[in-house]
Amino acid sequence: MFVFLGRRILLTLPALFGVALVVFLLMRAIPGDVVSQLVGPEQEISPERMEELRRIFGLDLPIHVQFGRWLSAALQGDLGTSLRTGRSISGDLALRFPATLQLALMSLAIALAMAVPIGIVAALNRGRWPDYLGSAFVLVGLSVPSFFLGILLILLFSLRLGWLPPAGFVPFLEDPLESTRRMLLPSLSLGLILAAATTRIMRSAMLEILSRDFVRTARAKGLSERKVTLDHALRNALIPVITVVGLQFGSLLGGTVIIEQVFSIPGVGRFALEGINLRDYPVVQGAVLVIAGAFVFVNLVVDILYAFIDPRVRYG
Amino acid sequence: MADRAAAAPPPGPIVGARLMPGGGRRGKALRLFLFRSAGGLGLVLVLAAVLGATFAPVLTPYDAITLNPPSRLQGPSAEHWLGTDQLGRDTFTRILYGGRVSLAVAGAAVAFALLVGGALGVVAGYYRGWLDSVIMRFTDVLLSFPAVLLAIALIAFLGAGFTNLVLAIGIVYVGPFARVARAAVLTVREELFVEASRALGARDPRIVWLAVLPSAAGPLIVEVTLRLAYAILAEASLSFLGLGTQPPTPSWGMMVAEGRRFLALAPWATVAPGLAIMLIVLGFNLLGDGLRDALDPRLKTR
Repeated sequence: MFVFLGRRILLTLPALFGVALVVFLLMRAIPGDVVSQLVGPEQEISPERMEELRRIFGLDLPIHVQFGRWLSAALQGDLGTSLRTGRSISGDLALRFPATLQLALMSLAIALAMAVPIGIVAALNRGRWPDYLGSAFVLVGLSVPSFFLGILLILLFSLRLGWLPPAGFVPFLEDPLESTRRMLLPSLSLGLILAAATTRIMRSAMLEILSRDFVRTARAKGLSERKVTLDHALRNALIPVITVVGLQFGSLLGGTVIIEQVFSIPGVGRFALEGINLRDYPVVQGAVLVIAGAFVFVNLVVDILYAFIDPRVRYG
Repeated sequence: MADRAAAAPPPGPIVGARLMPGGGRRGKALRLFLFRSAGGLGLVLVLAAVLGATFAPVLTPYDAITLNPPSRLQGPSAEHWLGTDQLGRDTFTRILYGGRVSLAVAGAAVAFALLVGGALGVVAGYYRGWLDSVIMRFTDVLLSFPAVLLAIALIAFLGAGFTNLVLAIGIVYVGPFARVARAAVLTVREELFVEASRALGARDPRIVWLAVLPSAAGPLIVEVTLRLAYAILAEASLSFLGLGTQPPTPSWGMMVAEGRRFLALAPWATVAPGLAIMLIVLGFNLLGDGLRDALDPRLKTR
């Protein structure tokens, strides 16, 4: 087990390095460079002053030296300072992270709470109306853009029914109940979409397992249908579901950027968008690095979880 | 482009048992696709969107960009089927013209991803060795980013505009195409008919073109269709965030964002373009699922 863990963690390092390299290189994709973007064409500035600024940003150094400096600072938790506010980017990211985490976790909880029962019922009623209803749910969920779903939810629950506020955020630690209430519509917008993808896998995994010999054996020895389904089949069917949920978590993290904008949630995604609008490139860089890093980390956790549940993986 | 390829899989001379001459299996696959799955409905939705976008000037008397303040935020009526937006422009007209942008961006992005990713995947799968390792590590890195986030990041640093939008969305899907192409090539490269062509003295490009690619075509066609659905969602999301198509050119995502400010007053200006995105994405999803079931009955989703 420890060998597996060690090997799996080591395998993550190249991916993380690649992610960091891409994020670093993004900075080079800017037309001109940071200094010319920062100064802007309308400002009068002497070429000497421009050179001085470039030296301050370290742009006069060879690119691999720049990358090395940037990476070693990032590894120590220093992502530089904002070009606009001068504040520490890591500090701001730490302030913004809890909102994004809450949104992601609540969406995940909603997705699982819906997908597992719907998938089971659809599989048990294969080819009958509950199955078709489930398929319709999957198709609509996979086709609706998250921001549109969010706006429809606002239209229904805030404007028409007046049950929930259309936007706003309260930190969870300040007022857990109000915080959850305000986060309900945003997490539904992402959760329903994630639920659609998960329901599809849940259903086909359940069908696959129900046709196995050990399920027939369980039935033959007289176990109740309920026990067969929930104890024997579900436990095995959840294995592929976990993998897919892990993979889908990436699109969930990407989706938080959009949903945070729709519902004005001060999370990491909104931080990135604010950075984009202000051409505050280091801010964007830091936010992207944190979200992509979280995605790599989640994949690692899923793989390890997988190995715990299914011992065969460890020896594969 | 994808449609034509789907309707008539290339009946190459050396494609093994996949496509038997005589069309018996092909006929069955076509029937299965059109009537036994929802693929037919998907085809109808996609065709409707393509035709609507193509013949927009014939289908509507209005202009998508010219402002008409006196008739702003009107509800649906005989003159304006889907109402008007905050600047008095006909929503139906803007949806038709917006479809042009969405389909063009999505089509170009997926074509880019197919060419680059497909080529990388074929090279990796055919030659194996260190080239395979390098290419696959590269796609691993691309796939380590949440898709929408990578597109947003690329746009943030490249700047907006049609070409950058296509590039940003296209690069994101290079990884998936490379994987599908590589997997397809790996399954056929050891086949006897590939070995036979090699024994006959065929060069690598010829073998890849005549023996390997036709076998990879099925999975790639399915991938193209499903990625078109994602690409349209991505374009809509970026435009919704103000990073994609720039005004005054209409685009569905941007229309949703603009209409949102008048949600209580004029919900149609938001709901209509949102439904348009949903229906076209649904169309590509149904089409992709139908094609997958028809082209490879073994994978039929139960």
